[in-house]
Amino acid sequence: MRKKEIIAMLLAGGQGSRLGVLTSNLAKPAVSFCGKYRIIDFALSNCVNSGIDTVGIVTQYQPLRLNQHIGIGIPWDLDRKSGGVTILSPHVRGESGDWFNGTADAIFRNLDYIDNINPEYVLILSADHIYKMDYSRMLEYHKVNKSTATIAVIEVPIEDASRFGIMNTEDDDKIYDFEEKPEHPKSNLASMGIYIFTWSKLREAIIKDSEIHPDSDFGKHIIPAMLEAGENMYAYRFNEFWRDVGTIESYWQTNMELIKPLPDFNLYDDFWKIYTNFDHQPPQFTAKEAKVKGSLISEGCEVYGEVVNSILGPNVLIEKGAVVKDSIVMSGGIVGENAYIERCILSELCVVGKNVSIGKGENVPNALKPDIYDTGITVTAENTIIPDNVCIGKNCVISGETTYADYKNGSLESGGTISKEADIL
Amino acid sequence: MRTLGIILAGGSSERRLKELTDYRAAAAMPIGGSYRTIDFAMSNMSNSGINKVAVITQYNSRSLHDHLTSSKWWDFGRKKGGLFVFNPFLSRDNSYWFRGTADAIYQNMPFMLRSNEDYVVIASGDAVYKMDYNDAIQYHIDKGADITIIYKKMNDCDLTKFGIMEMNEDGRVVEFEEKPLEPFTNCASLGIYIISRKLLIDLINEIVSEGRYDIVKDILERYRRKLKIYGYEFEGYWSCINSGVMDYYNTNMDFLKKDIRDLFTKDYPYIETKPKDEPPAKYNYEAEVSNAIVGSGTIINGKIEDSIIFRRVYIGEETKIKASIIMEDSYIGKNCVVEYAIIDKDVYLSDGKKVIGRPEEPIILRKGFRL
Repeated sequence: MRKKEIIAMLLAGGQGSRLGVLTSNLAKPAVSFCGKYRIIDFALSNCVNSGIDTVGIVTQYQPLRLNQHIGIGIPWDLDRKSGGVTILSPHVRGESGDWFNGTADAIFRNLDYIDNINPEYVLILSADHIYKMDYSRMLEYHKVNKSTATIAVIEVPIEDASRFGIMNTEDDDKIYDFEEKPEHPKSNLASMGIYIFTWSKLREAIIKDSEIHPDSDFGKHIIPAMLEAGENMYAYRFNEFWRDVGTIESYWQTNMELIKPLPDFNLYDDFWKIYTNFDHQPPQFTAKEAKVKGSLISEGCEVYGEVVNSILGPNVLIEKGAVVKDSIVMSGGIVGENAYIERCILSELCVVGKNVSIGKGENVPNALKPDIYDTGITVTAENTIIPDNVCIGKNCVISGETTYADYKNGSLESGGTISKEADIL
Repeated sequence: MRTLGIILAGGSSERRLKELTDYRAAAAMPIGGSYRTIDFAMSNMSNSGINKVAVITQYNSRSLHDHLTSSKWWDFGRKKGGLFVFNPFLSRDNSYWFRGTADAIYQNMPFMLRSNEDYVVIASGDAVYKMDYNDAIQYHIDKGADITIIYKKMNDCDLTKFGIMEMNEDGRVVEFEEKPLEPFTNCASLGIYIISRKLLIDLINEIVSEGRYDIVKDILERYRRKLKIYGYEFEGYWSCINSGVMDYYNTNMDFLKKDIRDLFTKDYPYIETKPKDEPPAKYNYEAEVSNAIVGSGTIINGKIEDSIIFRRVYIGEETKIKASIIMEDSYIGKNCVVEYAIIDKDVYLSDGKKVIGRPEEPIILRKGFRL
């Protein structure tokens, strides 16, 4: 194989448990976003647009959808003879197999993959943020500083800093200290989970650490160990749009930000396109009686009702008289005649019956998972069916094929849960 | 059953489509909000399991080449078979343009000789339809036909622009005339033919040696009695966009009808096209859209009625669009009025402009026009 200067390792194995039922059947990077995209598309498109043509995608949690989405990488031009995209899943080795137990452990277990290519540098990314970043500039910066590691950082409000990994730097952004979720943060430079390492140095470090920590992690182990060893490490400042969509509220909010007439995140950049995979792309139809305002409507949608302040994924059907407000309807969803849904996230392939009402009522947190569902958004898992004529409140969670009998007096009060597919809420 | 495909996409439309084909082949005409006309024949071939296809181009082929830069969208990116695009070329003993459809195949004879498929489906690249060619190939075999012509019974239209044919009870063609002054039936050839590869090679060698170069005139018409030519009826939706501006306009508007839209956009197998990776269509707060097809990447601030809007179009505030077709990358400013218009690609209308055509004669703004 031709030698590559840099390859990317995309960590896409996370469950994203704070996204509740949105990730019940798929990993967080595969969750659909802004209609036609999936979360992983942003990091993956950044790689391609930055000129990186060799990407290893490390999967673990529910990888099927991700594998189907990535395929051989055609939408990202990663179907290449040399390099391209490779899906790296946990595998048996010698006598026993093991899961990836930490971010660095996941790289350690795929050492063979990287050794085969033997790049100068490795870019480590998590696949669950929404942003556009030119990694080639970060690489330049890494080379100029003769760094062992370069860590992308973003300034966060100091009061939020204790939720992040914080870099303490000298005036020239050289890192002298790293604190994971510090109680009393000394700086507001938060790690974005984007690292460029000089491969030979990283290789040494993860092999060494794997003997000490079976759950070897970049933030907890590798970076502190490198700092201790006195390695040259620099923070790379990033100050553009960057969103973590790790909670239901932040997921909803970030989607809604893109509806604004002039959003901070530009999806229309010809030379920095976000690529995604879907099997065919028919245009979208808006009927005579339809009203669509302040919304993003994806390919193949048919709108006969009213859509306001909402995002529709591909091939969604909004029937006559239906009203969709402040909501996200993912691909293949159907909202029946005269249904009313407000502040609701319908996962892929959900069907909402006629005359259903969702999102009215008091803002009572979900009784089972108050920490996940507490901002008034009602969420359905994929393939959920909601029967005709039921009334559903706020912060509700519904999964599976429900029937009228599942709803007491035809309604589900705010904070209620109906789960026909018990495992994950 | 292995079959070769040939898509004839070389013809000029002889100004039947006016300015619209000044810079593009008819097969590259944008259709239905996100397709090019050739997508239909290409997808039909691919969906029928034909995986070796030649597209023969000549007239204004640049836009077509642009569309076909990669064949993988139609699953033709294969080691075995794949997509072949033929342009006229110069060589030691030949400096002709393609002198006709048969000549185009003649000049690319190695493609035919180096294949081992039994049958060839020849289709034109300027029609909108969905067809599984296998049914017709089976009919061709069952009838023991030399050539099978796929036809459709046309009603309420000008039959003189088609090849008109008459069949006996068995389905064998007894009369065929291209663009007859007095049509004798309503059975119109769709320009889709099935023939065995060996016979096609022989026939083309024969007629070219006599100085004849056209499949329709010099094979179908001339050999209509000598060969066993059968007609196979197609009953689905079929529309040729190349016969006039109104045909092009109406074919686009047909996508506003649910059954036709569903046929092409919802029902499997799908019609594939080159992806453009645009974000979802954006309806801002002033948008008022009724009965319209909207392509991805389009941003709407105004009012749209009964129209086809392609990808990446911008519609300004207070602008009213009615019964119009607006192609890719066009920009319509504020306070404009556009009615019964066909606005080609990359057109720029500054604020307050009025572009109004008539229902029976839509106004055309050519590609790149600025006002």
